[in-house]
Amino acid sequence: MIRFENVSITYPGQSRPVLKDVNLEIPEGELVLVVGRTGSGKSTLLQAINGLVPHFTGGTMQGRVLVNGRSTSEHPPRELADIVGVVPQDPMRGFVADTVEEELAYGMECLGLAPDIMRRRVEETLDLLGLADLRHRALRSLSGGQRQRVAIGAVLTAHPRVLVLDEPTSALDPGAAEDVLAALQRLVHDLGVTVVMAEHRLERVVQYADQVVVVPGSGQPLVHGSPSEVMLGSPIAPPVVQLGRLAEWNPLPLSVRDARRAAGPLRDLLVGQHPRLHPVREVVPTIASAQNVSVRYGSHPALRGVSLEIGEGQVVALMGRNGAGKSTLLHSLVGVGPHRTGTVDVDGSDPADLRAGELLRVVGLVPQEPGDLLETSSVADECRLSDRDAGCDSGTTRALVALMAPEIDDSTHPRDLSEGQRLLLVLCIILAARPRLLLLDEPTRGLDYPTKARLAGILSDLSDVGHAIVLATHDVELVAEVAHRVVMLAEGEVVADGPTSHVVTASPMFAPQVTKILAPQAWLTVEQVEDAITCVRDAG
Amino acid sequence: MAVRDRRWLHPGAWWLWALGLAAAASRTTNPLLLAMLIVAAAVVVHNRRPDAPWGRSFSFFLRLGLLVIVIRVAIQVLFVSSVGTTTLVELPGVVLPSWMTGIRIGGDIRLEALLMAFYDGLRLATILICIGAANSLASPARLLKSVPSALYELGVSIVVALTFTPQLVSDVDRLRTTRRLRGRHTRGVRAVAGSAIPVLEGALERSVSLAAAMDSRGYGRRSSEPRHRRRLTSGLLLIGLVAATLGVYGLVSSGSPALLGLPMLLLGMVSAIAALAMAGRSRVRTRYRPDPWALPEWLVSAAGIATVALFAGAVWAGVPGMQASFDPPIWPTLPLIAALGIAVAMTPAITAPPLPQSGPAHEAEKQTEVPA
Repeated sequence: MIRFENVSITYPGQSRPVLKDVNLEIPEGELVLVVGRTGSGKSTLLQAINGLVPHFTGGTMQGRVLVNGRSTSEHPPRELADIVGVVPQDPMRGFVADTVEEELAYGMECLGLAPDIMRRRVEETLDLLGLADLRHRALRSLSGGQRQRVAIGAVLTAHPRVLVLDEPTSALDPGAAEDVLAALQRLVHDLGVTVVMAEHRLERVVQYADQVVVVPGSGQPLVHGSPSEVMLGSPIAPPVVQLGRLAEWNPLPLSVRDARRAAGPLRDLLVGQHPRLHPVREVVPTIASAQNVSVRYGSHPALRGVSLEIGEGQVVALMGRNGAGKSTLLHSLVGVGPHRTGTVDVDGSDPADLRAGELLRVVGLVPQEPGDLLETSSVADECRLSDRDAGCDSGTTRALVALMAPEIDDSTHPRDLSEGQRLLLVLCIILAARPRLLLLDEPTRGLDYPTKARLAGILSDLSDVGHAIVLATHDVELVAEVAHRVVMLAEGEVVADGPTSHVVTASPMFAPQVTKILAPQAWLTVEQVEDAITCVRDAG
Repeated sequence: MAVRDRRWLHPGAWWLWALGLAAAASRTTNPLLLAMLIVAAAVVVHNRRPDAPWGRSFSFFLRLGLLVIVIRVAIQVLFVSSVGTTTLVELPGVVLPSWMTGIRIGGDIRLEALLMAFYDGLRLATILICIGAANSLASPARLLKSVPSALYELGVSIVVALTFTPQLVSDVDRLRTTRRLRGRHTRGVRAVAGSAIPVLEGALERSVSLAAAMDSRGYGRRSSEPRHRRRLTSGLLLIGLVAATLGVYGLVSSGSPALLGLPMLLLGMVSAIAALAMAGRSRVRTRYRPDPWALPEWLVSAAGIATVALFAGAVWAGVPGMQASFDPPIWPTLPLIAALGIAVAMTPAITAPPLPQSGPAHEAEKQTEVPA
């Protein structure tokens, strides 16, 4: 269906190719998962399938890419639109129309289908993806999961033979992600669509894949094979695979279900053991508190009477569905956003009343799009600016960067940094003023496992030196690793608040994989299990 | 009036109406009329503006208009030879050599010169604000769909041109928040200067990625067509657009030769329509639910055309008061016929259909708004 023949792609202004001598064959009806570190060339590989690379991005391509027999070098993306459907990383950026129904019809209009066919396909697609109730809604008013499903539906109506998706679940809460993946599976099974998908959240998708392609980056050759083959030796692996390797399960399980069936002996081994928890601190001084905070957007209430206390050195995870009010709560804590009622107190003052310069020293927020905070053309300038804003000694920010992300070069343009590097740079900028309270909004979106592990380490260190940290996230594995406490929001209200081990194990949706596999025992991470096994072996 | 269907008005109608108002503004320097045109545009925008990111662009254009006036007056005060006799402030000036007539630095500030600059600036601001009204009323997505198929040749540039301002306006809001997060001031000249580059960059980037998305969905596909015909179409279109632009310029500016006006415009339109017709035949595109052009569309676009016709008629007939007098400075009068034009300009506030409700606004979209 898709064939890469000796493909090398070099972007303008770069001396080395992003992809070098790629040979790859994807048969019809397969679900192919593309993994690799950020910046390794995954997106390039995906965009080459419909010719967006190099037709739209510039650069040179050697070799050729054949899709259903058509070469992308002779056919621009628009001429391939009937064969390949591409869902971009941020669906909102790719939306062309105003409402759901019009968006679904757009591709068909371009292909020149007859109106009665368009009507019928719109109805079919609305049903297939469970969007019928949303047909007249404005696209802006949809939640993240709904947007993603509309974006998939919008390319499906053209009946493409190939569907290309760039991180379809990374911005979604676990429930919405499952909806999207279920829809994709139905397409592969029922309609024989070939799906090529890049995704960092392996724990969500690896079990559905027929083939995994690893893009190692910097022009090294691709590795591909069946998921269990690739996972056996892969440095990046979801917790279920890590646990499987630890327990030496054979065949290596990829799904929670398979792992549970193999986990009987491990559970028996662990009876009587208890996970080593984050040391529970004695009563700590409160750094920040919110009392009865409510926020409305027009007629829509985003927060309803939320009260929260955050103590020194605590790492608090805010969880909940897309649109539950997590970001709004973070914005209230830093004093931006629409008018709120109730009181917010951080380190003795209301952040909304602080002057811009003072705010930095009290509370800092790393927003969902960290790049928004960067405005100069090099990392060095950005660091200098940050020192000036924070009023600290020159070189402070640069020193932090050297500590947290030593590979970042001074002269790089912030736009050319990878997603993870950009996040770390912004984190350093925020930390330069040493705020008592640090807030992070969806920090792991688009991060690969190594960068995520590094972030987890940094957050633990910051908590040890007394920073209070609140992170809004859908990433249950990160929460299991770093958070002391979980606050669950739903419809703008706090529905659960307690130690991580209690809250996440109680919820099937938000439980990490290790918890699901070893339930009813309350294990959260592979690391805990590893420690316990060592303990048992030492004792025996 | 009976309960009417809630629907979107055809974006072309909004643009015709707004361009009519803008053309009317270009015919007068009477500050009363200009101010009333702004009010008329504001009333319509207030009544029919959608709750969407682009709907907020009107206030952005209002501020832009204000800036234009300030700059125009400042240039007058600082650099341009003064006219009139009523000196307001006496300032020392630099005497420049005689070959630099018309330019000076500093010097007395005179009332007449100030008024002249103010009227001139106000006229330009009004034109901008009328364009802003169209920007905030007409959905850019719908406008894109109504772009004649021949213009698909210019695909990417059209997408970028039509969506740039709406993207820009929503970015300005977001960046104000992020500036505060970095401990910067969110208001004032330095704030604007500091965020100008990222805002422009971001808006352009998103317009381009929209164009890429449209291309990969099949925007601009065509059936096979011989190359020479494609060239002929493009050539005709280019000639048509250039001629039409010259024609409009000739009509609007008072001092240009008569040949440059209507004849040029007609030539341009004929050529462009021929190109559109030729190219339209080779397109494969169909419409799902076409935006209708019904009575409300006729009423709204007629309102704009009637306004400019009344203004132009008044100028042609030499109705006093269309050009405000600054030397001697007299309080401007209000010509009745132009006032009638303004009343007509306001009618879309009622004749345009009310907008459909878009469902609950989602948090993600609005979370970074900052209260003004």
